[in-house]
Amino acid sequence: MVSRLTGGFAPVFMKIITFNIAMISYLLASLEYFIYLVYRKPGVSKLATGTVLVGLLSHTVIIGLRSQETGHGPYTTSFEVAIFLSWLVVVVYCFTHWRYKVKDLGSFVIPVAFLILLYATFLSKEIVDFPESEFRVLLTLHRTLSVIGFAAFAIAFGLGVMYLIQEKQVKSKKLGIMYFRMPSLESLDNLIYKAVAVGFPLFTLGFLTGAIWNIKMSQTSLFSWELVKLWPLVIGWVLYGLVFFGRYRMGWRGKKVAQGSVIGFVTVIISIILHV
Amino acid sequence: MIMAESNLVIVGVNHKTTPVELREKLAFTRGSIEETTEKLGSYPEIDENLIISTCNRVEIYARVNDVEKGIDRLKKFICDYHMIPFNLLDKHFYAFREEETVKHLFRVSASLDSMVVGESQILGQVKDAYSLAKSLQTTGLILNQLFEKAFNVAKKIREETGIAESAVSISSAAVELARKIFEDLESHTVMLVGTGEMAELAAKHLISYGVKTVYVASRTYERATALAKTLNGSALDFEHFKSELHRADIVISSTAAPNFIITKEIVEKAIHERNNRPMFLIDIAVPRDIEPEVNDLENVYLYDIDDLQGVVNANLQEREKEAELAMDIIQAEVGKFNNWIEALDAVPTIVELRKRAEAVRMQEIEKTIKKMPHLSEEDKHNLHLMTSSIINKILHKPTINLKKKTQTTEGRTYLKAIRHLFHLDD
Repeated sequence: MVSRLTGGFAPVFMKIITFNIAMISYLLASLEYFIYLVYRKPGVSKLATGTVLVGLLSHTVIIGLRSQETGHGPYTTSFEVAIFLSWLVVVVYCFTHWRYKVKDLGSFVIPVAFLILLYATFLSKEIVDFPESEFRVLLTLHRTLSVIGFAAFAIAFGLGVMYLIQEKQVKSKKLGIMYFRMPSLESLDNLIYKAVAVGFPLFTLGFLTGAIWNIKMSQTSLFSWELVKLWPLVIGWVLYGLVFFGRYRMGWRGKKVAQGSVIGFVTVIISIILHV
Repeated sequence: MIMAESNLVIVGVNHKTTPVELREKLAFTRGSIEETTEKLGSYPEIDENLIISTCNRVEIYARVNDVEKGIDRLKKFICDYHMIPFNLLDKHFYAFREEETVKHLFRVSASLDSMVVGESQILGQVKDAYSLAKSLQTTGLILNQLFEKAFNVAKKIREETGIAESAVSISSAAVELARKIFEDLESHTVMLVGTGEMAELAAKHLISYGVKTVYVASRTYERATALAKTLNGSALDFEHFKSELHRADIVISSTAAPNFIITKEIVEKAIHERNNRPMFLIDIAVPRDIEPEVNDLENVYLYDIDDLQGVVNANLQEREKEAELAMDIIQAEVGKFNNWIEALDAVPTIVELRKRAEAVRMQEIEKTIKKMPHLSEEDKHNLHLMTSSIINKILHKPTINLKKKTQTTEGRTYLKAIRHLFHLDD
């Protein structure tokens, strides 16, 4: 693989500006959502959504600039995957917010987007050419599908945290401020299921295309990388599989589903850090 | 800020200042309000008046000529009308003046002054009192605006604070919990085990929130059938309710059984049959009907009467906190109302208008006198007299009309128009 460094003052300047706007917007929006969650200050919720949109706009510009520069989609280096994942998390969040109007979901999802972007700042911004191969479409599919799946899991994660907070209050009969703020357990449970039902098939397809790519490229084993790096991904896949298939067959509902979606996301993040 | 003089006062008694034995003697019925307000209106010191009489408060709001005299008049009026000696009642009265009246009404209608803070009844009662007064034509521009504003403020507080959000009775706490467990109540099923009064109340509450399917089981089948009929549900044989338990999302138990009739084992079986869909069990029987360990089962939530009472107590405390938030809103709205009152006053505008005219007159007189140096002092004097008189004549009618108009709802529009046309705000 050939690597080259970025050049030109104006694009570099533009990249730094947009990156910082996106990151600061997500940080600010997280704080605003949190303030709204705890103090219910009127107007703060709208402000937070506005801040997210500002962040998303510059985030889109970042991805556009990067793709223009590299000549391919944002999924070649770990830096690109991180900014792409973070971007998709926000996009899927915006969709969920618009479609299902879950109050306070932003408090649990936008910080995730912020942290992923923050993580990206520590990664190499070097440009790496997309591997030339007749199977390159497989790699593109593998990375894009997986990242979209992960973004759906991030939403399930946020919903899962909300579920666990609400469940704890109702179960322990100590109804704090969050009890009044959070939606009903059943609606959270249904939404988690929907998010996983979107994420799991994509994740599985991503998993398969990746595996096939590996076989085609190395001609040796199914997985070219060590088992240590693989196990979090497998655990995640099994957990999401249980959430996805277990609902009707095994009565996987409520708390188990919420716990599954929280732990599943943690394993996914670990495997991304190890893998990409 | 300059204090606007609204001349608004309120005199009254409420549950905090006056015991019920006295309060009930002071109440006004709808009929008596009709004759009372008319009588109040006939006093020269009272321009507008409105009576609110509920079981927790009797209050007269009024716009008066003189604040202190007006308050005395209202106090005496209440005593005389109910034939209670003034010295007996005087210590129970509270009275507010000007801005404080506005604040008090905002607090009352937003239910901050209620016995149960945030209860919704009071707003309706204030609205009734207002529409009665309006139909009797005892209110005018100021009180009308004050009450309309109070309703807006109450709505705003309801929307922006959690003052009325939480449940403060056992049955509403149960409904609230059900709504935090289930997505929508329409598609869910309630089962009553036992036909206790409280269970019936809770069931009715749930039905009003959309629950469509109701089962009633009782040791006496007739009672189950009777209650099922009133609740539009179906009766179950008591022997069989345990095997039907899995069909219920919400179970309300209120039997007189001496020991647990719904055990962990029974619920475990039911939840399994339900494929782990959540269950909410409410035990309002004393002694309890449902084994407490049921709450340890996943996706099962059990609340007994003490748990629900605990929720109610916590909610009451929560409301007190939200009331502080509401006070900030009220403070801001009182300021706005004050501005409105201030803007109603025609006098400053008239003074400014005259000043502006006088300035133009003086300017033109000076120019003329410079051009005509031959004028004697007497001529100059006459010139002043004439120009002043022109201005006075021109401004006389507008001044009168403006003062009249500011007593009506169009007043602000006229004031604005004058200020705009004559550039008074530059």
